[in-house]
Amino acid sequence: MDKADTAWLLASTALVLLMTPALAFFYGGLVRSKNTLNTMMMSVVSLGFAGVAWALAGYSVAFGPGRWAGNLSRALLNGVGLEPQGTVPHVLFMAFQGTFAIITVALISGAIVERMRFGPYLAFLTLWTLLVYAPVAHAVWGGGWLARLGALDFAGGTVVHINAGAAALTAALVLGPRKDYARQAILPHNVPFTLLGAGLLWFGWFGFNGGSALAANGVAALAFVNTMFAPTATLVVWTLLDLARTGRATAVGAATAIVVGLVAVTPAAGYVSPLSAILLGGVCAFPSYFALLWRARTRLDDSLDVVAAHGLGGAAGALLTGVLAQAAWSGGASGLLFGNPRQLFVQAIGVAAVAIYSGAATFGLLKLVGAFAPLRAGAREEGLGLDVTQHGEEAYTRGEGAILVLPEPAPPPLTVPAAAPAEGSSG
Amino acid sequence: MKLVVAVVRPEKLPEVLEALFRAEVRGLTLHRVEGHGGETERVETYRGTTVKMELSEKVRLEIGVSDHFVEPTVAAILSAARTGEVGDGKVFVLPVERVYRIRTGEEDEAAVTPILASV
Repeated sequence: MDKADTAWLLASTALVLLMTPALAFFYGGLVRSKNTLNTMMMSVVSLGFAGVAWALAGYSVAFGPGRWAGNLSRALLNGVGLEPQGTVPHVLFMAFQGTFAIITVALISGAIVERMRFGPYLAFLTLWTLLVYAPVAHAVWGGGWLARLGALDFAGGTVVHINAGAAALTAALVLGPRKDYARQAILPHNVPFTLLGAGLLWFGWFGFNGGSALAANGVAALAFVNTMFAPTATLVVWTLLDLARTGRATAVGAATAIVVGLVAVTPAAGYVSPLSAILLGGVCAFPSYFALLWRARTRLDDSLDVVAAHGLGGAAGALLTGVLAQAAWSGGASGLLFGNPRQLFVQAIGVAAVAIYSGAATFGLLKLVGAFAPLRAGAREEGLGLDVTQHGEEAYTRGEGAILVLPEPAPPPLTVPAAAPAEGSSG
Repeated sequence: MKLVVAVVRPEKLPEVLEALFRAEVRGLTLHRVEGHGGETERVETYRGTTVKMELSEKVRLEIGVSDHFVEPTVAAILSAARTGEVGDGKVFVLPVERVYRIRTGEEDEAAVTPILASV
């Protein structure tokens, strides 16, 4: 047990948990005002449902012993106590990993906003945490087959981002486009929210990548520094691309660039030099930038571009990890540029395997949930907005015309002890 | 000249505008308003407070037209704004005494005739 490691992981767990409400702001700003609360709730409820699912069974499936997935020997947190797991308390390791499960499933929601009914979404997100996230985490981090093959994924390029990206693509295809998609202009209603979300995501990501060293040491410092510099390069390249294409640098573009850079550096954070991270961040702007321009011209209503930002950004980052990993920094693995061409091949297997499994399993889960209840909100509900129809609340109420509904059986009047009225009282 | 005033559902606005432009109605003003037209009220809950929202968001369009444009304008709004449920809105046609175009000082019919050629 190491006190410094424990302290850093305690802080990191809180940082990563903050990323889910941050994502709620990032996504919430990008939708129309009538769907703000629904979109933000899709992230916020993940804190509850994925969180509980993780403690009850998800952790065991991800980190219990087993070949393809962990067994249930750690279900209900059986045997997860204060004993050391590595150099930190086991219970803290479990909580840190839980914050990753929570944000990953919330990421998917960006592909299906403004049209999915909330009840089926809750069922889907809970099942997805247990049956998709946890087995993939097991394969890469829990001693599963990708780990044995030697795939490098420092903080979750495949487990979190390719996994969420493939699920998002599948979910957008299964749900189908919004009724107004490609017929009316659907504009972000609050770009400052999106910038706020991007800023908070960056802040939380220091725990995501830095904490993934599971220690307060040089590797954590490297991952932390790379988490700072890769998005800076993505932001520069994205801004220049914006300027070259339209003559104007956009704020939504800047917010997107920050997230793409963070996604891209996630698998590489503890394996590459800071200069390589800058190169990686800059290069990874290209596939995502052009993919989301292309996507908007198709019938694929991946509404908030989860596939372009997380799927492609994660894939590009994972592959470049196989190119730029450097033994001098990673303390072991090297990539193509540093004498180990096989690593790029292993990375490609990891990317493809996770994308295929996640896509297929997500399809099956949505069909399963859809067999019990319709996934889509009706056209009329879509027109009115999902805030009012799914939640009975509005993001921006003015209160005019609101009539208070008093509770039906009035509560019994409080028996006030007889006391002399205050002097000057009119009653 | 007439003033056509229409109160429509906000989610129907894009379709109404499209229908108006297709009917070559090019001059209009719109406001976001709230009103009540007999639709069932929505119930919303904020913590322990439950409220009935009596007013619904609507969009109010004002369109000044010459007499022979009244029919196509009203027809465009009626067809585009209708869902068939209570709360679709109203169209009012009001007489207009005088109209001036501020830029040129033109009056009446000339002031509500759209300029189609590039000036």
